[in-house]
Amino acid sequence: MTRRLTAALVLLLMAGLLSFDLASSRPLDIYDQPSLLALGSGSAADGAHCAALPTE
Amino acid sequence: MSQAAIPAAPIGASTVTRAALIGAALAFALAVALFAGARYGLLILIGLGFGITLEGFRFGFAGPWRRMIVDRNPDGLLGHLLSIGVVALVAFPLLSGAGDELIGAYAPVGFAMVGGAFVFGAAMQLVMGCGSGTLVNAGSGNAIGVLTLPFFAIGSFAGAYNLIWWTNLGSLPTVVFSGTSGLIVTLAALAAVAAFVLWLAPPELRRIPRRYVWASLLLAFFAILNLIVAGQPWGVVYGLGLWAAKGASAIGIPTEPSAFWGIASNQQRIADSLLTDVTSLTNLGIIGGALLVTAWRQGFAQKLPSYPARAWVTAIVAGFLLGYSSRIAFGCNVGAFFSGISTGSLHGWAWFAAAFAGSAVGVRLRPRLGLGG
Repeated sequence: MTRRLTAALVLLLMAGLLSFDLASSRPLDIYDQPSLLALGSGSAADGAHCAALPTE
Repeated sequence: MSQAAIPAAPIGASTVTRAALIGAALAFALAVALFAGARYGLLILIGLGFGITLEGFRFGFAGPWRRMIVDRNPDGLLGHLLSIGVVALVAFPLLSGAGDELIGAYAPVGFAMVGGAFVFGAAMQLVMGCGSGTLVNAGSGNAIGVLTLPFFAIGSFAGAYNLIWWTNLGSLPTVVFSGTSGLIVTLAALAAVAAFVLWLAPPELRRIPRRYVWASLLLAFFAILNLIVAGQPWGVVYGLGLWAAKGASAIGIPTEPSAFWGIASNQQRIADSLLTDVTSLTNLGIIGGALLVTAWRQGFAQKLPSYPARAWVTAIVAGFLLGYSSRIAFGCNVGAFFSGISTGSLHGWAWFAAAFAGSAVGVRLRPRLGLGG
């Protein structure tokens, strides 16, 4: 057996993850997208990062 | 003393195959841009850049730390310090002047944070992969990496579930170095660490190989882009935990009772598509980038190694521990060490020290668990 097997498994896992995500999540809304760059956008950064301790 | 060397590459994929690989990667990024948003498509490209750099130059975090511990070879570690320093040179001024458009990787130093970093450092040596390393390993078809990844995600979800409890065991106020003085302190500390590891190294190993210089500079480039595009530094672990959180929610495990997952912003991210989450996008890109490079080199023809049963069990347990410990430590090598230090967080330094100590333990444990020397 070669890494082709494990690579195929990873591709399947990622495809499965994305399929599940698109099926179970709120629909994507292209008209609600943020600006291309956060820098200069005038909007507060609102992504989630591992270092962020929730303050809500 | 072993010097990390790139093994002789196989002949490589055909031109048509290579073109198809590039086309597929660009098509995926374009699809994300068209259906989710241009920023999100750009983050896929940035993730691809990380993955291509790490796998293409065979550069990472676990291996260089291991070489420093075992051989006192600082080649890769010097690369990390160089990369972090370059990012800091750009990130500090940007963070000072951008108001709340950009945020750094700021977190408090605490008992659980330090303990988590130690455990992470040990676990990453068992599976020879940290956060980004596990993604790269999985993308390149490494069997241990493929097995580790889902348990990393589950561990990250679980660690975040109890993050507030762990943090409340005792932590200092968040300390951030900022402005010109903060940048000088950070660069001086990086230089001091570099001087120290060079002093420890045998004379013939006191250098960074050119490929590591290129890898370091490219990583810094993509990390700076990540900050400018996403508004936050490069991270890995949150995205993996989110994948597991969405799965948990789908099978009826309640996330609302968690002090972490239950807050409004995280509930929204669980409900929204992963294709709008910053670290999920770069994680997908890293896996794709590693996969692309491996296919480019026809690396998937490599035979899978045979490991004893305890090695596979170790991969599962270590994967879970990597995820859990990195959440309570406020990041992995990327989120805490790389992004924490380069954006001025004291916790990044504490993470570095604790994780390196943990790595020294992990290096010794690895052969006893059937995963090789």
